[in-house]
Parts: sequence; structure tokens; C-alpha cells
Amino acid sequence: MTTDIDATAGKYLRDKYAIIGVGETTYTRGSGMTTRALGTWAIKNAMDDAGIPASEIDGMMSYSGNDSTASPMLAGDLGIRLNFYMDVQGGGSSSEALIGLAIGAIEAGMCETVVVFRSMNGFSQVRIGGTGARASVPVGGDALHAAAYGWFSAGQNFSPTFMRHMYDYGTTPEQVAMVKVIHSEHASNNPKAYYKQRVTVEDVVNSRMICKPLHLLDCCVETDNATALIVTSVDKAYDYANTPARILGVAGRVCKPRIDMHFQHGPISTVAGHYIKDIIYRNAGVGPEDIQCTGAYDAFTFTSMLQLEDYGFCEKGEGGDYVSSGIMRLGGERPNNTSGGHLCEGYTHGMNMIIENVRQLRGQVDDYCPVDGNGNKQHTFNYAEPAAGGGCRQVPDVEITQNLGWAMPGTGSSLIMRKG
Amino acid sequence: MPQGEYLGMTLTVLDLDQENLAYFQHCADHDFHLQQCADPDCGLIRYPPGTACPWCSGREFNWVPVDARGEVHSYGEVHHAIQPAFRERAPYMILLVELDTQSGVPTEHEALRVAGNLVDADGNFAGPDLVKQVGIGSRMRMVFADVADGLALPHWTLDEDAEQPDSPWRYPQEVNGV
Repeated sequence: MTTDIDATAGKYLRDKYAIIGVGETTYTRGSGMTTRALGTWAIKNAMDDAGIPASEIDGMMSYSGNDSTASPMLAGDLGIRLNFYMDVQGGGSSSEALIGLAIGAIEAGMCETVVVFRSMNGFSQVRIGGTGARASVPVGGDALHAAAYGWFSAGQNFSPTFMRHMYDYGTTPEQVAMVKVIHSEHASNNPKAYYKQRVTVEDVVNSRMICKPLHLLDCCVETDNATALIVTSVDKAYDYANTPARILGVAGRVCKPRIDMHFQHGPISTVAGHYIKDIIYRNAGVGPEDIQCTGAYDAFTFTSMLQLEDYGFCEKGEGGDYVSSGIMRLGGERPNNTSGGHLCEGYTHGMNMIIENVRQLRGQVDDYCPVDGNGNKQHTFNYAEPAAGGGCRQVPDVEITQNLGWAMPGTGSSLIMRKG
Repeated sequence: MPQGEYLGMTLTVLDLDQENLAYFQHCADHDFHLQQCADPDCGLIRYPPGTACPWCSGREFNWVPVDARGEVHSYGEVHHAIQPAFRERAPYMILLVELDTQSGVPTEHEALRVAGNLVDADGNFAGPDLVKQVGIGSRMRMVFADVADGLALPHWTLDEDAEQPDSPWRYPQEVNGV
């Protein structure tokens, strides 16, 4: 299988690396275990998915906000001897960036096969929304210009950007609510999703206000979970159990001018995707028109919309039309977050959306469709709820996917993969 | 080391943090100042305090008085407060006020956009009626909340001397009358 692969010619390392295994824990609110145990669980699932033994993994990377367990502990538990590891500070948009860095570590000869993981008790220990202990930390330095004003949580921090988009372009609450509606439809066909209930536009705009313009249902669900994936070079990738997801391109933690103080350098309704698109599409050799399935980070309904718009999936300012048109729906032209994403499946800082796209590219999304005698999914492509005879969430014939990772309006990352 | 209790938070300016020390001392004097790049070819004013010029990387600067008036560029309106002491003040507004000074300089979309809460003319957190009057386009002036020696926070109140828009832009959905 590897003989017909030219692994030397890829510009920007295009097509030369792949994701061979993915895995996650359950998504709960109250895992009852440490981030060390969660991380081990997710990595073991990714190893089993790939059919790779510990002896063939020699690199490990993770990211956290001091709310996780570092690679050496997990590797030791699993009997993985490391030639390389690195645990970095970071939240959203770290996943795609670390995949790029894992490629770099392998390319440099530092190691051969890298696990990237994120483990977090995002509900029961360090609340991602900022409530609990995080709300009572002393305020000094940069925080004197933000937290001191009750401008603290992600939703509060991003709200002027979201609000200005409505002002600049006439975006309506009902348009944006469709992001949640569509992701809830996808989640209803995902046995793993924390929230499987389908919701309506009315449900979203009538849910209680958190921070204008964000209602409760515009916000993602804090969960406890770990997620993991395994990156290796294509000359090895075909030795394992699944069709590899080939990595066409990656862009990591691209920033607007002034980054977290991007409010000083507008338009503030423009996000980092405006800059990322010039890197990711060049690196991958494809454009938005080639992407069949997106994973646009949905910490909030607005974040998916703003990114899709700035990457060029629609004209600037037409994000409200794009997300409410049905394009993003399973059965639509370019489904987004087919797992239900952060709004419904669980909050992972972006890893679950990459895992989902890997499964989409394999044609083996873990929905409610039956499995044949060889263990392969027999997808029905009926996207109705399971109770209505549906339960499928596989995109037919998907060849190219893109992830659009978000840290904040001023920073993001991206990953484009193709079917191997 | 300026330090004080404010809305249930301990606010601290470290003695090493020279830029914030000077910034908040000016605020404590109720005399808003910002850093101006000392490079004669640049001379741009920056906010928030920083250690170099975002436009020319110059490390030298001078503190200059800045007219603390401007227009609401955008806002968030918090109904579900995260920090405990803000709960009794909800709904409260986080305003980004674009100063008249250096608006649209050095490029069209750049400006000094200074954060603060909406307060009344006496510096008290705005009640629901006042919140309803403020939106994008509202004209604002700065008032200060004293916290400790050498530390006050800038906030925003409606500028009584300015011509206000007939109806500033506000989020289209009212919740509980706000």
C-alpha cells in the first residue's frame, strides 16, 4: 500500500502525515476520576482504534491551563517509552497547532509517532465557564483592565465582538440560534453526546440571558472528558487498523494584531480566520469550495459563524445567512460539527471536532446505524432522529474536511485532512 | 504596592509593574493619562498599558494626558454574573468606548477603545433604567472608582454635555425589561 505514495514531495509537508487513531472517554459532568485516569482512558481507546501497541508510540504532547496531567505520567502508566514529549499552556485552537508541532517533531527526527491528548474535568474541577474557584482569584496585572470590570469569562470577553457583528451586519439572534439548532440535530444521532435533545430557534432565544448577546443555549456545555489522537508519517500510517486521515495542511495559533487586545485593532467583528485562511489553504492546496465537512469551533454559536465567514465560506457579513441557510446541516452542502460539537457533544477545546472529522473521512462515524459482520457501519443517510427511523450522521462520500479552531477572536488554528 | 478590596476582589498592582503603577496612579489622581511612544517618527498613544509600542516596537514613552471622552464602540451586557460580587449588580454593562483622541489612527479601524463599566454620574453601578439608555453610539465621559492609594478604576457614564444619538444601537431582545 505504501509503495505508491510519494512521501518526499509534499510542499509544506502536504499529505506526508496522517492521523491513524482517535479515542475519547465518555462525556460526563462528574467523571469521578483524575485527569490522569481520564487521559489514560482516551489514549488507550485511540491505541485500540489504531491497533498500535505502546512500543510503537514514542512521542506525546498535550495542552492545558494547569488543569490536566502531564505526558510523562500518562506515558508511564501506559508503558510508552518516550523519545519526545511536550506539554504546553493552551486552550481552544491548541489541538490543530499541536498536530502541526507533532509533524515537526517527527520531521526533525526527534520521534516517529506522537499521541496528542487533552484531559480535563471541565465541569467537576476547573470550570471552563469561569465559575467556582476561578471566579475568586486575585486580580492584578493585565486582569486589572478586564476581570476588575466583571469582564472575565470567555462569553463576557467575546461579547463585544459578537455584538459588533450584529451592529455591523444586521445579524439577528434567530440566525445565530440556528447553529445550536443544527448541532443539536447532529447530536441527537450521536450516542456519545451529552445533550441529545433537539432544540428549536425559540428554545434558544427564550433560554435565559447569560451575557448579551449570549443566551444559555448559545453557550457550550462544560463536561469532564479526555480526547486523544495519534499522528504518524504516511510510510507507517497504512500499517494500522484504519484508513488514515491524511493531513493536507495545518495552521497554528494565528493571531490578529494585538491578539487579546484586538479590540484596539478592528474591525472587532473580524476574527483570526481572516489571517489563517491565507496560510491554511496555501499549505493544503485546496480552497473553501473543496471542503465538504467543517468543524468550526462552537464554544458559542457565534464562534462558528464568525470563523466560517472569515475563512471565506461566505462573504464577510453574511455569516448569519450562511449558518441559518441549512448548508451546515447533515444533508446540506457542507455540514458543520456533525458530532454536535461543543454545544451538544461536550467541551474538549476542539479535539472532539477533529476526532469526528477523522471518523467522517473513514466513513465510519459512530452513529446509530447498524454494523455489518466485518464491524463496518452500514450507514442509512437518514438524518432524522433515531426514534423517527433515522440516527445516521455520516456525510456521504466525504473526501476533504477542515477544522477551524478558536482560542478567542484574536487567535485560531486550522487543520485540513483528506481521506487516505 | 497599591492594593485594595473592590467588589469582593483583591486588586493588586505589583511594585515591579511600572506601567500599571503609573497608569493607576494617574487614575487615582482622576487625571487620565496614557503612554505615548517617544519615537519622534511615531508618537502614537496606546491602551492598555504596555511595555513597547505596538506600531514601532519602541520601548521609550511618555505619559500624556488624554481627553477621556468618546463613543461606545461595542458592549456586553451581563445578566448572569460569574464573579460573586457582580451578581447583585447584574445586569451590568461592559463598555468599550472609542476615545475621540486618535480615533481611526494610524489606520481606519484602529482606535483607543477603553474598557469600563457603565456607572451613573456619581460613579455608582448603573441601574436597569440607565442600562436601557446606552448602546453603540452613546457619548460617554470617564469617571473614576477609587479603590486604594494609587489605585482607581476608570468607568464610563453618559456625557451630559454631548449630543446623544436619538436611539443608540442596542441588542434587539429585551430581557425582563432590560
